[in-house]
Amino acid sequence: MGEQVMRNIHDDVHVVQARGLTKVYGARRVVDGVDLMVRAGEVYGFLGPNGAGKTTTLRILLGLVRLSEGTVRVLGHRPGDPRGLIGVGALVEGPGLYPYLSGRDNLRVMARYAGVPMRRVDEVLELVNLTDRAADRFATYSLGMKQRLGVAAALLKDPKLLILDEPSNGLDPAGMAEMRRLIRRLGTGERTVLLSSHQLAEVEEICDRVGVISQGRMLAEGTVAELRGEGQLMVRADPLPRAREVAERVLGPQRVSVVDGVLRLRTAPHRAAVVNRALVAADVAVSELRVVERTLEDVFFELTGGAGQPRVGEER
Amino acid sequence: MGASFQAELIKTGRRPVTWLLLAVWVILGLTFGYLLPYMSYRNGSGMAAEVPREQQLAELLPASLTTVGVSGLPMFGGAIALVLGALATGGEYGFGTWKTVLVQRPGRIAVYAGKCLAMALVTLMQVLGFFAVGAVASAVIAELEAASGAWPSAGELVTAIAAGWLLAGMWCGIGMFLGVWLRNTALAVGLGLVWTLVVENLLRILSGGLGVLETISDWLPGTNAGSVAAALGVIPITEPGGTPGVVAAVTGAQATGTVAGYLLLSGIVAIVILRRRDVN
Repeated sequence: MGEQVMRNIHDDVHVVQARGLTKVYGARRVVDGVDLMVRAGEVYGFLGPNGAGKTTTLRILLGLVRLSEGTVRVLGHRPGDPRGLIGVGALVEGPGLYPYLSGRDNLRVMARYAGVPMRRVDEVLELVNLTDRAADRFATYSLGMKQRLGVAAALLKDPKLLILDEPSNGLDPAGMAEMRRLIRRLGTGERTVLLSSHQLAEVEEICDRVGVISQGRMLAEGTVAELRGEGQLMVRADPLPRAREVAERVLGPQRVSVVDGVLRLRTAPHRAAVVNRALVAADVAVSELRVVERTLEDVFFELTGGAGQPRVGEER
Repeated sequence: MGASFQAELIKTGRRPVTWLLLAVWVILGLTFGYLLPYMSYRNGSGMAAEVPREQQLAELLPASLTTVGVSGLPMFGGAIALVLGALATGGEYGFGTWKTVLVQRPGRIAVYAGKCLAMALVTLMQVLGFFAVGAVASAVIAELEAASGAWPSAGELVTAIAAGWLLAGMWCGIGMFLGVWLRNTALAVGLGLVWTLVVENLLRILSGGLGVLETISDWLPGTNAGSVAAALGVIPITEPGGTPGVVAAVTGAQATGTVAGYLLLSGIVAIVILRRRDVN
């Protein structure tokens, strides 16, 4: 899973408090009653298929889009309030920067708007590894470099809350890995990161908690482990009735089922040894025992009804 | 607002098209304000052939700097200013930069106000640039023709520069409004130029004898810009040797007030739109 990160998460302090967030365009409810509570210091993953309402929700939090219904506070202020924006950095739907300016000049412009000292420009360039290309025009950057400069612009204010909307979009595998490393680094300490993505591996790898949104509605929220639910043990044993009897005695009948001649045991993976020992002691021949864990991808497709799932013949 | 102004200065100053347009304006102004009229004077031909030679020369000398300086602004200079304004706001939509700018810190009004200040500076440069080049050109002509090198009074110069700045400012403000309203540079520039260079002139031509149309025409930006120039002594297009876009349709005071009104109105409407509209 990569390097260890240190985060100071404050369960009782919410940097984003959104209740009943709704955005209506004509007759279409793009965001429909979303509740979103992001704790200080955590990396929160906002997961959903394309068109789920992620970007609109983030735009509402930033004051770029007016909400139709609901209440929102970001760092204790209304969205778009300059007092709140001081502590917020954001990269929304790709980096919007000036193609005719150099990377450094783009950041100088944003630093002026943000009212931060110019020395911060070189600091964030260093942070995203763009110092060498800082004098080149933004238009000449690769997509990955553009994304990194967008992240640099979001970091100028050394924000308490960093909102990143699909930062890995369009990047090649190496670029995606680099972006993940960067986000993991940025999410250390006191900083809160709200990461919107449809990259399940990215969210699974980086985020402390995850909210799953689809068709404008928040479907589930929790830690990755909570969303995955309990793991399962799959056991091939003979004789099966005797094996089932033993498993029910060890785990309780409600945790045991038989599917296609295979025992399915709903229990934590570390209990595999206990189950195996009991079966062997009861003279049951165990030919296979393995842990089956649901991935976030499984959970995601269950929740979203398969939205974004590849069709037969497509690669996932 | 100061922070927004400084940010705008970096953006505008480093944008090649800003300098290109200012250069085009100076070249156009020199060509139509001095070069072609001087050739016409020397050859005794061209559009101003029916104007007495003494008058032709007088309009090229330093004493006429104030009138030549503002003569192009109701039309071509105005079009350049309109394009500058449309680029300043429409470009933010084209580059997708509003979302980046508006999440930094200043509110939308402060950002737009900073943009207005920066464009005020650019339009002042536009006017001063042409006055400076015009001063050199007129001095050279006076020297070549061994004519009077007397300059207008400081008061006349300041009045003409202020009037020119107001005209350029109005067109720039309209361009900025169009950029915000249409969320697009190309459309704002296209519509603005069609209006400035074609529609207003057609309306003025067609309004002769039609009372309602004439009244409407008298309140249009181009007519009033032309009337400001006419009030400063620029010869209207209706007279021999007159300047395109310059008309004496309304009094100088009314025209100045109307031009200032358009400048203010375009700013207010743009801010209202910018504040109310979602940034998608």
